[in-house]
Amino acid sequence: MNPTPATLDAPQAETQLNVGLARMLCGGVIMDVTDAEQARIAEGAGAVAVMALERVPSDIRKEGGVARMAAIEKVLEIQAAVTIPVMAKARIGHFVEARVLEELGVDFIDESEVLTPADSEHHIDKRAFRVPFVCGATCLAEALRRIGEGAALIRTKGEAGTGDIVEAVRHLRLVNREIRMVRSAPREELMAIAKELRAPYELVLKVHELGRLPVPNFAAGGVATPADAALAMALGAEAVFVGSGIFKSADPARTAAAVVKATARWNEPGIVAQACRESGAPMRGQSAAAMPSEERLATRGW
Amino acid sequence: MQVGVLALQGGFEPHVAMLSTLGVVAREVRSPLALREVTHLVLPGGESTTLHHLLELFGMGELIRERYLAGELALLGTCAGAILLGHAADPRERPPRLELLDAQLERNAYGRQRESFSAPIELDGQSLEGVFIRAPRFTHVGPNARVLAAHAGSPVLVEGPGLLAATFHPELGRDPRVHRRFLELRSAAAAR
Repeated sequence: MNPTPATLDAPQAETQLNVGLARMLCGGVIMDVTDAEQARIAEGAGAVAVMALERVPSDIRKEGGVARMAAIEKVLEIQAAVTIPVMAKARIGHFVEARVLEELGVDFIDESEVLTPADSEHHIDKRAFRVPFVCGATCLAEALRRIGEGAALIRTKGEAGTGDIVEAVRHLRLVNREIRMVRSAPREELMAIAKELRAPYELVLKVHELGRLPVPNFAAGGVATPADAALAMALGAEAVFVGSGIFKSADPARTAAAVVKATARWNEPGIVAQACRESGAPMRGQSAAAMPSEERLATRGW
Repeated sequence: MQVGVLALQGGFEPHVAMLSTLGVVAREVRSPLALREVTHLVLPGGESTTLHHLLELFGMGELIRERYLAGELALLGTCAGAILLGHAADPRERPPRLELLDAQLERNAYGRQRESFSAPIELDGQSLEGVFIRAPRFTHVGPNARVLAAHAGSPVLVEGPGLLAATFHPELGRDPRVHRRFLELRSAAAAR
């Protein structure tokens, strides 16, 4: 007998370590922070990791300008403040920002559409790095292209900084629908599906066999309340990124703790209700549907 | 026997998958109610501070302690789960760990993710793949615990009465021996 756990068939040790770290984050909440104090609040509230960045997405939207990797001293300050994993964002295609973050010992790099893209055609070759990457995806094909480049974790590309969950929900539903389609297709149709999706055949085959992505899939973008987080989990997200939703709320420490609570036990309405009650007033938000298409972040990357 | 995997946070799914290769259907445990119904519980890897926080929040840490000490619960902790089962080097650490295993563990002992590694370790004379992800390290193993496997001079798999703790992730490899051993554990009272 040669038992093969359904969740692991990665031959490469590094893939195993990096996808492994992504698995260890499941059921958790990853919070955007801009300094050490926010990082400590996040850790104290039960965050599973923090994301170091210069400005939270809602401020990036408001202030405009070019959004880049966080300042080095901010990343170092945040790393020194907490013991949980520290993630940081690099611009799409900006492999030198990614190298700098790796050099600093960042635990996970987010190649993120929230920052201004550095390359309009190419994403980072993530296999050239030792540390893991997370990338956004709006659909199965985009997820598989990023995994093909070496991403150890996929997240939705919900509209960051809006506090509007609608786009993240759309991406979760679409990815799941497309996975069901690949799962139920006869094997001989997979090459045509790969061609149509513009996705690597080997990964389409893997999705067919596993009935899921070969790496975890988290929700990100527009999560503002404990109920939003629980909704994302109920739609199959395995963990939740919260950006502006925490530190743009009326009481960040309470909101953070409440989102953690609702994410851990998302399927129990009584617990989610308690969490909603304990949460501070959410960020005001901005409807993603009312937003002109050139302001949408999800169109960055492909 | 009723097997559960603590599923509040962490890498619980690979444990469920590994147990299923041994013919065991494990339930995901997220509530005190579910916790009362299992005889064997896996504390998975994840973030130990988060797991700690959640166990405390839902009153489940104390329940695990009570049921283990009453001899009703056998335990397997991997990585963060092992941290929770043991003692902190500094007894003032807050919140206190479960302190059910007579051993001390240091968190993130090898460094950050770039220092994560995999290495073969020897268990019962046979090699087993050890996956160490931001792993803790045993800094002391007391007389009521026994080292079953070591790597580079440090214990990595330790057994106490009715419990097992691994600083690596047997659930991410292909070798089910650690989980089989866990299923063979009887709870602490029965072992006495």
